[in-house]
Amino acid sequence: MENNNLYVSPSPHIHSGDSISKNMYGVLIALIPALLVSLYYFGLGALIVTITSVVACLLFEFLIQKFLFKKEPTLWDGSAAITGLLLAFNLPSNLPVWIILIGAMAAIGIGKMSFGGLGNNIFNPALVGRVFLLISFPAQMTTWPVPGKFPMTYLDGETGATVLSLIQWSPKDVPSYTQMLTGDMGGSLGEVGAIALLLGLVYMLYKKIITWHIPVYLIGTVAVFTGIMHGINPAKFADPLTHILSGGLLLGAIFMATDYVTSPLTKNGMIIYAVGIGILTSVIRLFGAYPEGMSFAILIMNAFTPLINSYVKPKHFGGK
Amino acid sequence: MLRTFRIGGIHPPENKLSAGKKITPLELPKQVIIPLGQHIGAPAQAVVKKGDIVKVGTLLAKAGGFVSANIHSSVSGKVNKIDAALDASGYKKPAIYIDVEGDEWEDTIDRGTTYIKECNLPPAEIITKIADAGIVGLGGATFPTQVKLSPPPGSKAELLIINAVECEPYLTSDHSLMLEKGKEIMTGVTILMKAIQVTKAVIGIENNKPDAIRHFQELAKEYTGIEIMPLKVQYPQGGEKQLIDAVMRRQVKSGALPISEGAVVQNVGTAYAVYEAVQKNKPLLERVVTITGKGVTNPSNFLVRIGTPISALIEAAGGIPENTGKIIGGGPMMGKALISPEVPVTKGSSGVLILSKEEAKRKPIYDCIRCSKCVNICPMGLNPTFLMTLTEFSNLEAAEKNNIVDCIECGSCSYTCPANRPLLDHIRLGKGKVMSIIRARKS
Repeated sequence: MENNNLYVSPSPHIHSGDSISKNMYGVLIALIPALLVSLYYFGLGALIVTITSVVACLLFEFLIQKFLFKKEPTLWDGSAAITGLLLAFNLPSNLPVWIILIGAMAAIGIGKMSFGGLGNNIFNPALVGRVFLLISFPAQMTTWPVPGKFPMTYLDGETGATVLSLIQWSPKDVPSYTQMLTGDMGGSLGEVGAIALLLGLVYMLYKKIITWHIPVYLIGTVAVFTGIMHGINPAKFADPLTHILSGGLLLGAIFMATDYVTSPLTKNGMIIYAVGIGILTSVIRLFGAYPEGMSFAILIMNAFTPLINSYVKPKHFGGK
Repeated sequence: MLRTFRIGGIHPPENKLSAGKKITPLELPKQVIIPLGQHIGAPAQAVVKKGDIVKVGTLLAKAGGFVSANIHSSVSGKVNKIDAALDASGYKKPAIYIDVEGDEWEDTIDRGTTYIKECNLPPAEIITKIADAGIVGLGGATFPTQVKLSPPPGSKAELLIINAVECEPYLTSDHSLMLEKGKEIMTGVTILMKAIQVTKAVIGIENNKPDAIRHFQELAKEYTGIEIMPLKVQYPQGGEKQLIDAVMRRQVKSGALPISEGAVVQNVGTAYAVYEAVQKNKPLLERVVTITGKGVTNPSNFLVRIGTPISALIEAAGGIPENTGKIIGGGPMMGKALISPEVPVTKGSSGVLILSKEEAKRKPIYDCIRCSKCVNICPMGLNPTFLMTLTEFSNLEAAEKNNIVDCIECGSCSYTCPANRPLLDHIRLGKGKVMSIIRARKS
């Protein structure tokens, strides 16, 4: 039996077939329901913002990998597309293209590639892009078009306030729970439509892309915190359900805080991280100058992730 | 709800292609190569020399220390030479070459097919007989059985656990043995219970072998103190610590032996070998070996004499497939890739798996995306990606603090990693280095 061309390598000799791109495309699929909802309410504007953001993120990723890293671009692993889509979801649908391009460059260039690309970044790239824009273009970033039915408007749409700013300035105009659940409210593209976002969560849990710990503990913390404050002073502080269904809370809890790269490795670490985000978000929302605090809260806890990873160990077999 | 171990675990495709195939004796080869180190511990010392005539069952080599095992001839014939031979590790190690002539057995061995149920020997004598027969753990770890049956002073066994899990994908040697030698295995279990003086035994069988579970539940009715426990299919349940956790809900501490929790674990194949040794005076000279793989014409379970070249099994199963990429001694998760098909079958050979070139190839490695899947599935509760990084940066002190030596090398982390990172390759390396540091510190 002549056969000297055998592969010899250490065990294991089989692989699950799981891959980075499978997980990333899973997240993209989970984002589809929310995308459809935003297209329905914000029409043409949503389409332009989404396409610009995704294409720009892919382009910057490609250019940086090809010409700065001089490596084979890993464009199709899906991670840049997720960043693009999540960035779009965090923008109002009447944002001019040139601002979106700056946001995409900040997200991919500063947020991701300056650290070495996928897996090495400390902060969630899409949020880096969003916060960069929020601080640079506060006016454009905080005027939101009012929802319609496939409106064919982009820069010229009628604008209105978000739920969270209504709570601060004009509580009687806060939309009903039904409106918030279905997404019939002002806001960034992907913030609206709680049901669509929850559908995405169910899909990712079913496909075992993420575990339930971060979304559940994060939302739970916000519910408890805002619940207590609402109990103390219902006239000043909105009820927990309004807080959960409004702003970027669900989008952030389901899709941004669960980002693999920037969240802790262990279950207990994830819980600390999620509770931290929940408390920070609530504090910013209730007592801060900004009506919304989700982006800042996630970015702050991203910074704590390495620390959490080095102190919180997995439950060791045979340990106490 | 079926029990399983409580930390981590994976469920790879089972691919039990040879399940339900009858055990068939493999034709005698022309020459056998019997390595002197087929077990964990010191190699055996040869007691024969070139030119000696031996029979089936003749002692070839005596145990070379406390943790060591006797080795017997699996064939009759003439000792051709004692020389280095390639084994599954990829290294050449001392072995006895025997040219096969006829098939003449030692008179002391009872070759009859009568089943002998009763055993009235005292524990010490049982253990001596097991030691004489050269029995080692047949699940693959090959730890000398008599050592495991002699608990260190001050410790007391409470429960015998029989490992009939066979959690490695593809392998069916234990499964086939259970279906065909159930009565003998049950007697083997009672003998082992006697040897360690316990009144209770649990046979843990994974739920993907319902026929074996039913068969043993039927057999167990005639015995007192033997419980059949179906277990949820979960890799690596055959790991000693995992099985103890699944069965007893107790976790053996880091660095401690199973006996510290009152458990003695023996493989089901070992229980059969014990029956043959004690009741039939037959040393360990043959075993059931699965030959399998998607490209193999006839995946089979063969009864193979120790020392038979693996190429003979491959021939008997229909020849080597066209696009063979890898020949593995053992299962796909923990087996060893062989550098030649001429490596002999040893006491620890539970199977031979042939993978195609496509199956054998590793995929390109990407940066860790910290998805934490390896952390979630590690059955020892370790942080594989962290341990790999620590090894890469030679931070062995931190690796030791993060319990790298507890790694059981099950491979679940590398199997799971979506970035195809060779986690276990690095962890194994780091573990080896840390263990030698610990040894140096002690001495």
